[in-house]
Amino acid sequence: MPQNETIKDLGLDEYKYDFVTDAEPVYRTQKGLSEEVVRQISAHKEEPEWMLDLRLKALEIYESKPMPKWGGDLAGLEEVLDEIYFYVRPQDRMQHSWDDVPEEIKDTFEKLGIPEAERKILAGVGAQYESEMVYHSLREEWEKQGVIFDSIEDGLKNHPELFREHFGTIIPTQDNKFSAMNSAVWSGGSFVYIPKGVSLDTPLQAYFRVNQERMGQFERTLIIVDEGAQAHYIEGCTAPVYSTESFHSGVIEIIVKKNARFRYTTIQNWSNNMYNLVTQRAIVEEGGHMEWLDGNLGSKLTMKYPSCYLMGEGAHGEILSIAYSGDGQHQDTGGKVVHAAPHTTSSIVSKSISKGHGRSTYRGLCKVHKGAHHARSNVECDALLINDTSRTDTYPYIEIEENDASVGHEASVSKIGEEQLFYLTSRGIAEDEAMAMIVRGFIEPIAKELPLEYAVELNRLIELEMEGSVG
Amino acid sequence: MSDAPILRVEGLEARVAEDHLGILNGVDLDIGPGEIHAIMGPNGSGKSTLAKVVAGHPGYEVTTGTVQFLGDDLLELEADERSQAGVFLAFQYPVEIPGVSIANFLRTAVQAHMPEGEELDIFDYSDMLTERMKMLDMDVAFAERHVNDGFSGGEKKRNEILQMAMLKPKLAVMDETDSGLDIDALKVVAAGVNKLVEEDPEMSVLLITHYQRLLDYIKPDFVHVMVDGRIVQSGGPEVALELEASGYSSYEEASAAANDAR
Repeated sequence: MPQNETIKDLGLDEYKYDFVTDAEPVYRTQKGLSEEVVRQISAHKEEPEWMLDLRLKALEIYESKPMPKWGGDLAGLEEVLDEIYFYVRPQDRMQHSWDDVPEEIKDTFEKLGIPEAERKILAGVGAQYESEMVYHSLREEWEKQGVIFDSIEDGLKNHPELFREHFGTIIPTQDNKFSAMNSAVWSGGSFVYIPKGVSLDTPLQAYFRVNQERMGQFERTLIIVDEGAQAHYIEGCTAPVYSTESFHSGVIEIIVKKNARFRYTTIQNWSNNMYNLVTQRAIVEEGGHMEWLDGNLGSKLTMKYPSCYLMGEGAHGEILSIAYSGDGQHQDTGGKVVHAAPHTTSSIVSKSISKGHGRSTYRGLCKVHKGAHHARSNVECDALLINDTSRTDTYPYIEIEENDASVGHEASVSKIGEEQLFYLTSRGIAEDEAMAMIVRGFIEPIAKELPLEYAVELNRLIELEMEGSVG
Repeated sequence: MSDAPILRVEGLEARVAEDHLGILNGVDLDIGPGEIHAIMGPNGSGKSTLAKVVAGHPGYEVTTGTVQFLGDDLLELEADERSQAGVFLAFQYPVEIPGVSIANFLRTAVQAHMPEGEELDIFDYSDMLTERMKMLDMDVAFAERHVNDGFSGGEKKRNEILQMAMLKPKLAVMDETDSGLDIDALKVVAAGVNKLVEEDPEMSVLLITHYQRLLDYIKPDFVHVMVDGRIVQSGGPEVALELEASGYSSYEEASAAANDAR
């Protein structure tokens, strides 16, 4: 098949993002996490006192909390954390033009296609390299309308009141061990504000790249979508493959105000030596609409459950997630919806594909508080197993305190069947193409929600992963 | 017919790969170009298995015998290669492929049938699909639906005929195409097959069916009766009419007696 040959010719049957750039960081802290490290990070960012205090308090909380005993295997993590660098500063200051970004770093993002995507389809781009955003830009038309799209550090510097009013209010420091860790050492990430009634017709994108070995990345993102505003934010993540483990732990806080609409899309394709433990949460006010579109393809272990807290009447939350687990990978993902107001609606659709010795876990919570009458929620999780050795588990939690609520849950596990394969091959389609076709069809409900460029990329990645999976 | 057969089956024995249960116990069958054959038989007689073995289903093992297609050894080929060579199986139970549109699926299949290195022109393909659907009185919007997903029995079978129309096989094996269809749906499906037969008089058809009624709409040149994995009688269309009148029991008794004697 010409299509397959093209892919093989490109030599892409390996992880395509496995390249290292030889860029010397301008500064890095010593290995491991300590009060000293936290103070250095804060000093380098020239932060106000309150932020340093918040970080130090967070460090205490982090140290007081035990490692989670649920989810993925975190037994080796403490050792890893002693060996990684928590803060690596790639350049002196963030740039607003690619021309000013150091050549080696710019090359990396060129290879990842970011400047090209920016020209073609994006309203704004942020690019993070190691611990900091090295580039941020927003189209002038949006800037004029009062949209803020900046690094989180510049958000704190330039919009101190808006920042302080919301930072840490959606995901408090003490929420979990890793939100505490992130609060202590956060660095990089975006600060976004969409003013009342402004609606962005193309997405904003942030791209996260880890380049160095033994690196920890702790981005922190705060997004405020004001009343009646609309926007779409996309994040992508990659790293080179190292023999040692790396660590990524982000915290993403989002406020969707009255009648606003927001979508947050993640295409996570970390290398398979990455621990990826992320907390993402959105508060949705009256009539607001929040969607998480979560694609987890890479990493060694991901634990991530995007959540929607539906706080105002008629708020709507949606979580669409797709996880792919190959050999040595565990995707422990899902979603969480909390109905705290009447007439709120939500939907979780989760799809996972497990291949080889890969393992996918769906873990989700749907909670309806007393008084959230006429709440409606539907949860659907489908798992596809490619081989007999792959594994999937489902942990759906449902807590309902209100009589007048409707919650549905459906789960299915399927294997690529001999009959499906025979049907397609009996039409002349080669077996590996047939396999890829079945998998593409399986993720279609999610892929069709992505901007075309990303849907194509997702399909291409899946195709690569499926090569040689027959027999 | 004097022409060399398109399909020649000789002494074919096959069993289920998993449990080695023997199903075909020595089948002989010749199908010439442009001929329409029907194999009739009771449930479990092996007629659907024959269809699957010819198409290359991996769930069956051929233990002895040969199958030649246009003079070549068909059993050497994988299922996709058999399709590319010109064998088409219309499934008794078409399989659902959620998330894959018929248009996309057929484009991949048509591409797979093209010579190595040739790229299917998307506009040519689109024209061809529209033309074929018109010929079969199908709404073009049908091609946007996901393959067999949530289809009625009739829609599934019509989708099989559409695939056949797109792939233009040399031999179409139709496995119980009439099962699960009401009479109106059966007529529509049969009309589609007849159009394709008319269009390509060289195309051969093997109809697998339990009932005579399909043969009222697609007229066979030859009718075979299969019992216990063997063809026990062959003749013209009159064989089907006799069967309709007397049923399979006389054949089954004779076959059982023959087995006892063995």
